[in-house]
Amino acid sequence: MTDQSLVPERLEKADLDTAYKVLKEKYPDAVRDDTRTGYSGVIVDKNRLVDVAKTIRDELGFNYLSHATAVDYLGLGDHLEMVYYAYRISGGPGLVFKTQTDREKAEVPSLVSIWPGADFQEREAYDLYGIRFSGHPNLKRILLWEGFNGHPMRKDWKEPYYEQEHKPFDSRWPKGYVRRAEELNPYGKNVQYPADIDLSRLNDISEESIYSGMGLGVDIQELTTSDGIRTDRLVVNLGPHHPSTHGVFRMVVTLNGETVETLEPVMGYLHRNHEQIGERNAWIHNIPFTDRLDYISGMGNNHGYVLAVENLLATGARYQPPTYRAEVIRVLMVELNRIVNHLWAIGFLLNDLGAFFTPSLYAIAEREKILDFFEATSGARMMFNYMRFGGLAKDLPEYIRSTANLVNDQIRDFNTMEYLTDLINERLPRAIDELDTYLTESEVMTSRTIGVGYLPPEMAIAYSCSGPLLRASGVPYDVRRADPYSIYPELDFDVAVRYNGDIYDRYLVRIDEMRESIRILKQILPRLERTKGEPIFAGNKAYMPRVPVGESYGRVENPKGELGFYVVSAGDEKGTQNPWRYHVRAPSFINLTPLGQMCQGHKVADIVAVLGSIDIVLGETDR
Amino acid sequence: MTDLDLRELQGTEFPVPADLQGNVAITSLSKIYNWSRKNSVWPMLFGLACCAIEMIATAASRYDLSRFGMEVMRASPRQADLMIVSGTVTKKMVVPIVRLYNQMPEPKYVLAMGACASGGGPFKEGYNVVSGIDKYLPVDVYAPGCPPTPQALLFALIALHRKIDGQSLANMDDVPWYGVGPSDPTPIPILGPDIIDPRQMDIIRRQAELAAAGLPYGKREVPDLVLTAGAASTSAPRTAAEKAADKVASAPAAAAADDPEKAARLAKREAALARKRARQQQQSE
Repeated sequence: MTDQSLVPERLEKADLDTAYKVLKEKYPDAVRDDTRTGYSGVIVDKNRLVDVAKTIRDELGFNYLSHATAVDYLGLGDHLEMVYYAYRISGGPGLVFKTQTDREKAEVPSLVSIWPGADFQEREAYDLYGIRFSGHPNLKRILLWEGFNGHPMRKDWKEPYYEQEHKPFDSRWPKGYVRRAEELNPYGKNVQYPADIDLSRLNDISEESIYSGMGLGVDIQELTTSDGIRTDRLVVNLGPHHPSTHGVFRMVVTLNGETVETLEPVMGYLHRNHEQIGERNAWIHNIPFTDRLDYISGMGNNHGYVLAVENLLATGARYQPPTYRAEVIRVLMVELNRIVNHLWAIGFLLNDLGAFFTPSLYAIAEREKILDFFEATSGARMMFNYMRFGGLAKDLPEYIRSTANLVNDQIRDFNTMEYLTDLINERLPRAIDELDTYLTESEVMTSRTIGVGYLPPEMAIAYSCSGPLLRASGVPYDVRRADPYSIYPELDFDVAVRYNGDIYDRYLVRIDEMRESIRILKQILPRLERTKGEPIFAGNKAYMPRVPVGESYGRVENPKGELGFYVVSAGDEKGTQNPWRYHVRAPSFINLTPLGQMCQGHKVADIVAVLGSIDIVLGETDR
Repeated sequence: MTDLDLRELQGTEFPVPADLQGNVAITSLSKIYNWSRKNSVWPMLFGLACCAIEMIATAASRYDLSRFGMEVMRASPRQADLMIVSGTVTKKMVVPIVRLYNQMPEPKYVLAMGACASGGGPFKEGYNVVSGIDKYLPVDVYAPGCPPTPQALLFALIALHRKIDGQSLANMDDVPWYGVGPSDPTPIPILGPDIIDPRQMDIIRRQAELAAAGLPYGKREVPDLVLTAGAASTSAPRTAAEKAADKVASAPAAAAADDPEKAARLAKREAALARKRARQQQQSE
């Protein structure tokens, strides 16, 4: 049942100011205001960071650390900065606190003891920025491999195919010359080696460090349990090529017989440098890249990013917020995308439970109908590139023309509104009911999932979990309600919540959420009719908008959890055309933090089910 | 393939009596062999990134991969004929991919699905991204798109079928796996300070020697014909030492003077680039 402290109690802006004041009064010499233009929050002396964080969590009640990331201010103060956003689980705006450290000997105390959810995020900052976190229990590289040369997100680190700081590159525009990057590299590949490379002593230590972290010198060890049963303790590797790991995810597991003792996620097999490329790109270039984060729900990613940048743009002059129709269509897209994602997640959860591919076939069938609509609107089935700062790329088409609508060998055109009405009122509810009927009582489902992978609510909050994972543990935290954006305040919906915190409840939360999405979509339909013909874009379209200086954190409730974009614009007073920092708070990444604890004591086959219930996408986990 | 139409297989000039047509087929060994194996190409159950989702959609009921005898996706490389490289190949991931490829039995095929697997795609410039799986493995078919739609993937698979169809058993170049002895495995890359392809050891050693001597390294010795003004430095390790060394061996032509072969190659290349530029200019006019 819900804890008393979890009962919603809305936080107001004035409250936040009081919180900052309390902090400054309690630590007058360690906490100061962040007075840079466009920035908010406080800067904490790193020596007192742990104390301040404890106050923030225990006394001020900001018990949910949403994200922690590093920024390199090379040339702008020459320091590295850790940025933390803490929220109250009951909702409201977040408390921002930062700490600064020297670039050469970068060291910051770890906050894992306060918020265990900082674990992977600090490892990421160590990996990409080279900040050492004193007191971190397992500080090693997470996205790259042990032995990699340098810390690539630092502003003075240049990638092998480096051409220029910012796009568009001079060679491409306006000159228009294109040259293959391989031609400029003597190796013909995307590699560069340090000047002092010692080729006689090349050994791959990346694997060694993974297994040595498991606390075992040997692969197999004989054990005798208390009741005299002889068994083996062994280290088993799952992934990165494994049929059930939802992509290139890898886990190293220590088993006692068939029971999981420890589990360590190993990731980075799809680390495609989203953030670093994002910092070379112009602001608008990043929109299509966000589609490729959580590639099952691209619309939500678009939405999060445009929200973050719109927050910044709003501080400047001549900014017009998106029109009402644009907001309506955004919510339409995002909610349809939520259904797509949950259908997919449920289908593949059943895959993991052993009902191989048949439930998925049923789930994917309706997904295709939604994708047809997306394709007709945005031009692509998965990579939509649909939202813009201040509006949308296109309005809805009048007709959906698609070869996919082959019925009786005839190509049919569908009127978009009729298609949507039919989809939302008839087909999707029917599909959800069908899944519900077939799966909820199914033996395959219940016997494998009830009571497995339990995550208590306190732990879910401490580990910064979000999305269905958090809500299945009895915490009614949904960004759409806790920190509303777009037109969600005027829409009538409930936050789906279940209380048992096991795989079965995570499945049920997804079913509930799809039903809530249908409820929202039914309210969207009349709004779409009403706003027909209204503009979808406010103001003039700008390809290279100048974004005012400052920082911004935009977050949305994506199907997988809280998706946040932390962007920093650092330029002259006119603003910049490129982000200085572009960070993605990826729900799939942070939701994996408690995976080890959730699997402990279960059988090896349950690992796969627990992983499936978290619903990760590697594009977002590794970025 | 329940309705077997034997006429499809008829491949020789041998006259089949009219009453036996439809019951007897006379064909070449290559043809029947290729016909049977192209209709049972088993792909490896192996997804990398976004393209994997479209691959799954292709296998699902709407696009129905099983029409081509390919629905049997095998998780084990030892049972697979085709590796669909469906997504961005990262440096960290290319090591297991090469391992998996080596474990596949011959004949084996590789399909680079999407822009990333074909050439790095939108993530090409990323420091952890391999610019195309063909830098490490031989690719049979490239499917463009980001991601390719299921239709595009089906088209690529049909292209692969055509390729298999054209491989004659009589020609050893087509079917090298029937040659003597097992084929050599692809060397597994090493994760050092950056990924190291053992096949490139010589060139890496040469560059390391240049670096040790304080000479410019990590930059290709071709004249910077196109990128003159504007884009200044192109590669990271441009240090003061390198600039000093530039004065010593500045013009690449001079560096190549003692190697006539290289000079000829450079001249040829220069001419090609000049032609290309002229063509570009013509187009722009």
